[in-house]
Amino acid sequence: MTQPMTTPSATVGPYLAIGLTWEGGEFAVPADTPGAIWLRGTVFDGNGDPVPDAMVETWQADPDGRFDHPDDPRGAARHPGFTGFGRSHTDSGEYAICTLKPGRVPDGEGGLQAPHVDVSLFARGLLDRVVTRIYFADEAEANAEDVVLRGLPEDRRQTLLATPTDDGYRLDLHLQGDRETVFFAV
Amino acid sequence: MTGTTPGSRLDLRRYARTDVALRTPVGYADYKSTGLRAPLRTPVDLPHRLTEVTGPLLGEDRVTAADADLTKRLGGEAQGQRIIVHGRVLDSDGRPVPNTLVEVWQANAAGRYRHVVDNWPAPLDPHFDGLGRVMTDDQGRYEFTTVKPGAYPWGNHHNAWRPAHIHFSLFGRAFTQRLVTQMYFPDDPLFFQDPIFNSIPEGARHLAISRFDYERTVPDWALGFQWDIVLRGAEQTPFETEDDGDVA
Repeated sequence: MTQPMTTPSATVGPYLAIGLTWEGGEFAVPADTPGAIWLRGTVFDGNGDPVPDAMVETWQADPDGRFDHPDDPRGAARHPGFTGFGRSHTDSGEYAICTLKPGRVPDGEGGLQAPHVDVSLFARGLLDRVVTRIYFADEAEANAEDVVLRGLPEDRRQTLLATPTDDGYRLDLHLQGDRETVFFAV
Repeated sequence: MTGTTPGSRLDLRRYARTDVALRTPVGYADYKSTGLRAPLRTPVDLPHRLTEVTGPLLGEDRVTAADADLTKRLGGEAQGQRIIVHGRVLDSDGRPVPNTLVEVWQANAAGRYRHVVDNWPAPLDPHFDGLGRVMTDDQGRYEFTTVKPGAYPWGNHHNAWRPAHIHFSLFGRAFTQRLVTQMYFPDDPLFFQDPIFNSIPEGARHLAISRFDYERTVPDWALGFQWDIVLRGAEQTPFETEDDGDVA
C-alpha cells in the first residue's frame, strides 16, 4: 500500500495574527490559579533585534508530570483549569505564557526527565516551525539527570535554562548568533 | 511529590519523520526574510517521548458553526468569487484525524489582508476579515465557505507576487503532528517566481495545491476545491521475523 505523503509546511507569514489570535491564548491556567507562574522571554533575530511578529506555543506536563491526553498511559491529569497549552504572540518581541511549573516526566526507559516545556516557534521567515524546550535553571539536580540535556555540550545547554524572576521564569530565544538556542528536530 | 513512576518502560506511539528531501526547509535563500531568522545550526535530534507524543486536544469550545463561513462574518456578504474548500485531514498511515482544530486565514478577493502591516493599494472589504475555524468531523473531514483570495505584491524581489493561497494551521493529536502551511490553487501562473512555493522540494509541491472539484461545485452558488492534508503518522516498525535464521 502506498502511504500518503505528508503535507509540506509553509511560513505563517506576517499576517498570522489574523488567524491565530485567541482571546486568553497565553493562559495555560487561569492567572489566579495557586502556583501559577509566567514564562517570559524575547525572541531575537540574527542581528540581535527583537522579532515582533512571531508566535510561541508551549506544551507541557502538569505539576505531577502528567499529560491531559489519551496517549499518556498513566491516566488523566488532575489539575482543573490546566490545559498544558499556551499560545503567545511576540508583540515587541516578547512572549508571555501563564502556566504551572511542570513536574518530572518519565523518559520511557526507566528514568525521569527534568521539568521541561516543549516550544514551537513560528514566524515570517521561518518556512517550518522551529522546536525547542524550556528547562528551569533552579532544577540543577534533575537537569543533571535529564537525557536530553546530557546529550548537549555544556555551553549549548545554557540556551535552554530559564532563570527565576519575580513572577516565574525567563528564557530568551535566539534564532541565530553566538547564543543561538538549541533547536530540535522532532 | 510527583505521580510519576520511574523504573518502568512506557510503550509509546512514535511518529514517522518525513524524508528531508520532501520537507520544506526552515530557511531558503530566495526567501529574503529567512536570512536573519532561520537558525544556522543543525537541529539536535529529539527522540519522541511523552511530551512529544501527546499534544493539545482543543478547539471545540473556540469554534462555532458560523466560523466555517468566511463570507458572512461581518454582517454582510463578502465580495469576490465564492468558493467551498473541503477535504480530509489524514495521517501518513491513511487514517483520518477526527475532531481536530483547523484554523485558516487569508487575503480578501483583492489580495489585501485585514492587518495593520498590509497597506498596499487594494481595497479592504468591510464584510471580510479573512478568519475561519472548524473542527474535523469523525471522518476527519473539514469544509469552509469563503471567497477566492487574490494575489498580492510583496517586497521580496522585483515584481514579486504571492500566488493566491489560504493559510492553514492544524494540531493533530500530538506535538509532533503540528502543522502550519498554505494551500494553493491549481495552475496558478505565479508559482514560478514565488520563493515560498518553490522552497517546497519539487517532489512535494503538488501536495500544497488544491484540486478543482466540479462534484462539490454548487450550481448558481460556489466553485468547489478539494484539498486533503496529511499529518505525520506512526513510525513504521522495522520488519521482524521470529526466525532469525540468517543472523544466527
